[in-house]
Amino acid sequence: MAKVVFKVGDDVSTDAIYPGRYMATVLPTETPQYCFADHKEFNEKLNKGEIEAGSVIVAGNNFGCGSSREQAASCIKGWGLIVVAKSIARIFLQNAVNLGLQTVICPDVEAEVGDELEIHPDKIVNKTSGKSFVVIPHAPARQAIIEAGGLIPYARKKLLQERGVAA
Amino acid sequence: MGATLAEKIFAKSVGRPSVKPGDVLEPSVGLAMSHENAALVINQFKEIFKDTGLEPRVWDPSRIAIIFDHRVPAESAKTANNQKKIREFVAQQGITKFHEIRGDEGGICHQILPENGYVRPGMIVVGTDSHTTTHGALGAVAWGIGATEMAAVWALGRVLNVEVPPTIKINIEGELPPMVAPKDIILHIIGKLTAQGGNFRVLEFHGSTVKAMSTSGRLVLANMSVEAGATSGLFPPDEETERYLREEAGVKEPIEMITPDPDAEYEKVVTIDVSKLEPQVACPHTVDNVKPVSEVEGRKIDQIVIGSCTNGRLDDIAIAAEILKGKKIARNTRMLVFPASGRIYRQALEAGYIQTLMDAGAVVMNSGCGCCLGVHQGALADGEVALSTTNRNFKGRMGNPNAEVYLCSPATAAASAITGVITDPRKGAC
Repeated sequence: MAKVVFKVGDDVSTDAIYPGRYMATVLPTETPQYCFADHKEFNEKLNKGEIEAGSVIVAGNNFGCGSSREQAASCIKGWGLIVVAKSIARIFLQNAVNLGLQTVICPDVEAEVGDELEIHPDKIVNKTSGKSFVVIPHAPARQAIIEAGGLIPYARKKLLQERGVAA
Repeated sequence: MGATLAEKIFAKSVGRPSVKPGDVLEPSVGLAMSHENAALVINQFKEIFKDTGLEPRVWDPSRIAIIFDHRVPAESAKTANNQKKIREFVAQQGITKFHEIRGDEGGICHQILPENGYVRPGMIVVGTDSHTTTHGALGAVAWGIGATEMAAVWALGRVLNVEVPPTIKINIEGELPPMVAPKDIILHIIGKLTAQGGNFRVLEFHGSTVKAMSTSGRLVLANMSVEAGATSGLFPPDEETERYLREEAGVKEPIEMITPDPDAEYEKVVTIDVSKLEPQVACPHTVDNVKPVSEVEGRKIDQIVIGSCTNGRLDDIAIAAEILKGKKIARNTRMLVFPASGRIYRQALEAGYIQTLMDAGAVVMNSGCGCCLGVHQGALADGEVALSTTNRNFKGRMGNPNAEVYLCSPATAAASAITGVITDPRKGAC
């Protein structure tokens, strides 16, 4: 069971997820402190350790639009959160897949902060409202990276295959 | 069934006769571009090589471009240290297309690549910057990727697991009215398509307006294609592309004029008549919140910004100078100009545009992205409003979530600088 801890609307940009002024900070170990920095209440809860890993951010359409900054994916991943969105912008989705941030595309999702969700491969069941919603599976090209544990191990395997060294 | 331009280029990149939307490929990369976020790419690149026993070497140092533009000169020790780390990596790996913080060859990455002839028709170009779509203006399939994806490109020379996107054909017809610019066209298109209308799609631009448009204008449309969510925004190369590459970018080698098939299959065809288009303004806080200038005229503006990878080229600065010649910028408004490259800055100096803009009261800054994304120079105060020729107006974009950003063409920005309120540039700008 995963609890919804934050809800945002449509077209939430990477500027909102990880404001540009923190972009000189790049390492995934350092970015989580600035996650949703301009949403002060949520950011403070994260930094005080009040949000459990495995909790859910629910978003509308086109989540993560805008800049390609990978910090926007790494800062959410760093807190162990899951993103459930109606749709996700291409670059953010690819960054999430590459870094192992769990994303779920659920076009009709209805959930409020505090709701408990059961996330299955093909559907989300909102245990609070009793409703369930269809999940769109990731395309096979992205699923392969997810199953490899992210792009770094996936690329490392390719590199070793190419340079004639046994993996 | 024929192929779209993107399908042709993707097929070529994997040595196949054809590909179709949905195919998963590992396209070979012609050019891989990064800016200061190369600091993160380097980190991820070393991670890929970790415990492999292999020495971390990039696949081809001549195909990697690194341009310092996001925070130049460095605004903090942290950025300075990132830039230093990148310089060391560039030297160690022998990366040749490296553009330092310099007045002679520096500038904004999306201007540096075209003006140096690094991008050619038919190429696969990836960049760790979402506005890498810009290079579609020269007939390259160009798209933005994250730092980890770039690290894999540096290691392997290919982009892994790319799904061929379907293509939307955009026909643009009609002669642009005076004081209406390519920026107004692309804002209008984004308003129509919405911010996610092009998500996982390629836009391919056609029509009489495009045919008559300079490369500088095409770069604006391709640049902002990503604001409709598009993977890439492509212009089939033509005589103008060839002229630009030969005359402005100094390209000597043969140019491959790769074009879509006449019977290419498009997911959708959108036709736009621009002969009666009004200047357009994207209102806060999304780029698709587009209105004709007449609906927002009179809005008080605290800061005008002309420049960036979208509208910092010579023709953009020229129109601003033409409008501001002999005029003064309104007292309660400030105006910042960011030429897109050192080369453009000097051309604008030689043409007298810089003098004109400074006489009017503008502050001419060095080339850079910092103001547009709120990381360096030109931050807004609480409650302030900016009118900018840049490409994004998201909440917080110009460094303050309690401020607002409107987007427009250089002509609208310059006309509004005189009055201090959003002004239709067709009204004589006085």
